[in-house]
Parts: sequence; structure tokens; C-alpha cells
Amino acid sequence: MNSVLQNLSLGDIAIAALLVFVNGAVSVLLKLDLERKLAWAAVRTVVQLLAIGYVLGWVFSYDRWYVVLPLMALMTLIAGIAGSQRGERTYAGQRVDSIASIWVSAWLVAAVALFAVIRIRPWYQPQYAIPILGMILGNTLTGVSLGVERMMQELTARRDRVDSALALGATRWEAAQAPARDAVRAGMIPTLNQMAVVGVVSLPGMMTGQVLAGQSPLQAVRYQIVIMFLIAASSALGTVGAVLLAYRRVFSAEHRFLASRLVERPNDAKKRVA
Amino acid sequence: MKHPHTSSQRGGGGETDGVDGANRVPIVEAHQIARRDAPRGLTLLQPTDFALRGGERAALTGPSGSGKSVFLRTLALLDPLDGGAVRWNGHAVARPDIPNFRRHVAYLRQRPALLDGTVEDNLRYPYSLAVYRDEHFEAARVRAYFAAAGRAADFLARPASELSGGEAQIVALVRVLQLDPEVLLLDEPTASLDPDSVRAVEALVGAWFECSPAKRATVWVSHDLAQAARVGDRRLAMHAGVLQDTPDAAHEAALATTTPTTGHAR
Repeated sequence: MNSVLQNLSLGDIAIAALLVFVNGAVSVLLKLDLERKLAWAAVRTVVQLLAIGYVLGWVFSYDRWYVVLPLMALMTLIAGIAGSQRGERTYAGQRVDSIASIWVSAWLVAAVALFAVIRIRPWYQPQYAIPILGMILGNTLTGVSLGVERMMQELTARRDRVDSALALGATRWEAAQAPARDAVRAGMIPTLNQMAVVGVVSLPGMMTGQVLAGQSPLQAVRYQIVIMFLIAASSALGTVGAVLLAYRRVFSAEHRFLASRLVERPNDAKKRVA
Repeated sequence: MKHPHTSSQRGGGGETDGVDGANRVPIVEAHQIARRDAPRGLTLLQPTDFALRGGERAALTGPSGSGKSVFLRTLALLDPLDGGAVRWNGHAVARPDIPNFRRHVAYLRQRPALLDGTVEDNLRYPYSLAVYRDEHFEAARVRAYFAAAGRAADFLARPASELSGGEAQIVALVRVLQLDPEVLLLDEPTASLDPDSVRAVEALVGAWFECSPAKRATVWVSHDLAQAARVGDRRLAMHAGVLQDTPDAAHEAALATTTPTTGHAR
């Protein structure tokens, strides 16, 4: 199997890294002011992936639940925190809500995958459990962060309408419905787009990886189909969960819209100045 | 009402008979309601007692930022209370009953907030809410309101986004009036309107009040003292979060002449 796979040297990686300069040139030419962000993102890509390569190598060699499970928990925690760091506005408790919604949805769906679909034994075989959870988390966090960001935007922009609806006698849910619906839609659109073009426009990373590693394309495609549905289910669950949790934070049981709980993200202002 | 003694809070009301006493249970009554801006450590509304009875037209004036809006929004239970309680027809308002309370004690904001779509879409919107599930949209009635406000028959089909500020406020007002509230809490509804629209708004509210003058009541916030004199018999003033009630002769007279009613709409 691995006879097909061409090993990459650090020099090969350096050649690929040069491609980042394309982005840098665009940023400079168009005065996008993204050079610093770009450089930082590139450095993070290299460091994080190298680090995870070493960690995974170590975990795969151990193959114990008490090694795999904490790693999965750590991944989930990081995804949860990352999922709460988007948008100009936030609310007290967004991080907790983001972690909770991503944790519940991703682990539920990952459990279905590991116990019911792939049925590996033991279930924690890291070669399966970690990449599958990772893919689910990555997409769920996108859905959650886009969904909540949209919810905050809608509630800010439509604040007067929400207020009018409540004044007319709407329940808090009736008043929040339109923003919440738009938010869930915004969170699910990346996944839906991906599902619509998969195989035609894009060859997903996992499938590409399996094919590169010598797996037959037909098997790789089956895995990809499973993954797509796992991703879709988890990001839908996570987005709905996160939007509902946000809703409960900014609408009180007395059918009030607590607009003062929507606050501008503190470090966002700093970033804009820098 | 079942509790005749609840009418005894008002001084000098003891000599009235039981029928009149029923009329004197306030529709809305606030007891020591207060509002604070905790993060900034400001008091927005000092603990305030207030009662609004059927037949009362109160005008509330005061400088900008003195807490007029805060008071009105707190009375409508739209903003969280930092103390005190609001009673409706003599009863505390339980959480599930708050939408129904707001149906009957309607708050109209200064800047109208209309939905996308036509004027008619906006007027139909309340009927999609659970609290109005027994009511239905009456086009003829709404056309009569608009005719009274000097709007053409095709007004209902106009897109809400193309309305002028005055037209939008008239739509927002009709959206509330068609629902037959008991109390209107008007938060400077004409503050930025042209004179024609101001007259239309005042006339619409006046007509609504005269439909049932003993059972309806308003609190009208205004910057304009002349307007306050037109729309209010009872004068209220707000200064730095303190509400001053200045009952004058006209107000007492209005109370004395309100026709006794049997039964109490709720």
C-alpha cells in the first residue's frame, strides 16, 4: 500500500511554502493589509501540523483508551473555543455554549460512526477515532461559529423589529424566530454547498488521502459518503444547539430581549487598530 | 372586581359607591418599580409608584435622558425590573401572561420598526402571533383608519420600505390600534414627524380613546408642551429618573365625570 506513497522531505515542503507568497503579493498589491495575518496563519499551519504529526505518531503507537479519549476531549475543547471566536459581537457565556453544542453534537455523531457504521474494535482505535472526530469537529465548529455570528448580526440589525414584535405581544420565541432561522441557515450552508459539489468540483481531503495512500477509489468514495453525512448531521445539530443556547441567553423567560447582553468583542477592537 | 378594597389606595375615593369603585382599580399599576444600569452604576429610574386608570390620558414630559422611555418600557414589562412590580387590573402578571399583558397594554416606540413587505403584510403580522390566535385581520377597518389619516385606498399595497417616516409611524400605530388595546404607552411617537402626520397620529389615538373613554387610557411621552396639553389631562414630569405626578383640576374633573361601568374588561 505505502509503496505508492511518495515520501515528502522538508525541502519539498519548503517549495510548497513558497506558494504562500502568492497570497502575500495579492495582499500587498491590493493593500488588503493581511500580510501579518497571512504570515501568522502560515506559521501556525506548519507548527500545528508538525506537532500533531508527532502527537499522533505517539498516540497510534500506544493505542489505549486512556490516551485516545483525553486527546479527543482536548480536540473538542479547542474546537469549542475556536467556534466562539468569530464575529464582531458576542455574549457572556458564548464560549461555554460553543463548547457544549460542539461537544454534544460531534460526540453523538462520532459515536454513531464508530459503533454503528464503521464498527471497529476496539472503538477507540486511534487511526479511525481521531481523524473521524477531527473532521466532524472541523465542520461543526464552522457551522456553529457562522450560525452564532449570524444570530448576533441579525439580533443587532433587527433589534427594533424584535422589540416591536415583543411589544405587540409576541412570545420570546416568536420574536426570535426569524433571526434564529437565518442563523441556522447560515451555519448549514457551507456543508450543503460542500455536499452539492463534492466529487465534481472538490475531492475532499480524506478521499484524496486514501487514494494517495493506495486505497481503491471505490472504497475511498464509500468512506467519503459516510463522512459527508456525519459532517452534515453534526454541523446541523451543533448549529441548532448553539443558536438555541444563544437565544436562551439573550431572551429572558419574561419574554424580554436583553439587548445589553450583546456586547462588542473586546479584542476585536484591538485587532482593528493593529 | 372581586376585591372592592383594592380601590381604597386612592385618597378621597372612599365616598364613591361600589360601581364607581370597580372603575377605579387601575388598569396598570406600578409599585416601586426601579431601573438601574448596573455596568455603569447609574440609576435610570428611581423607585416609582404609578397607577393608570380607565379614562385617564396622561402626558409625560421631561428632558432627554431623564428616563421617560425607561419608565414606559418598564411599565410595558419590556425591560427587566430592578425592583418593584407591575400589576394589571389588580393582579400580578405571571410570566406566561406577559405577551397577553403587552397585547392589552401596548407600547409604541418612537422610531417605527416595520417588517419587509407591504403595509398590509405589516398589519397582518400580529395575527400570526399566538396571543391573537382568536382574532383575524379586518381590511375594511384598517382602510377606515387610513382614510381617516388621509391615505389613499392603495396604501395597503405600498412596500413598507418606501414609506416616509410619518407614514411608517401611522402604519405602526394602526398595527396596534386594530388590536384594540386597553392602554397605549406612546413613546414620543411624533417626535420626528411632519405636522400633517402629527395631526393624523393624534387624531387616530383620539378616535381610539373615544371608542370607549371609560375603559381606555394613555401615557403619551412628548417633548412638545403644546402637544402634551392636547393629548393629556393628567400631567406627568420626569427629572433624572424621578417621576412627578401633578394632578390638576382638569384631571380630577376627568376622573369625576367618567361614566361608571359595570364589569371590567380584561
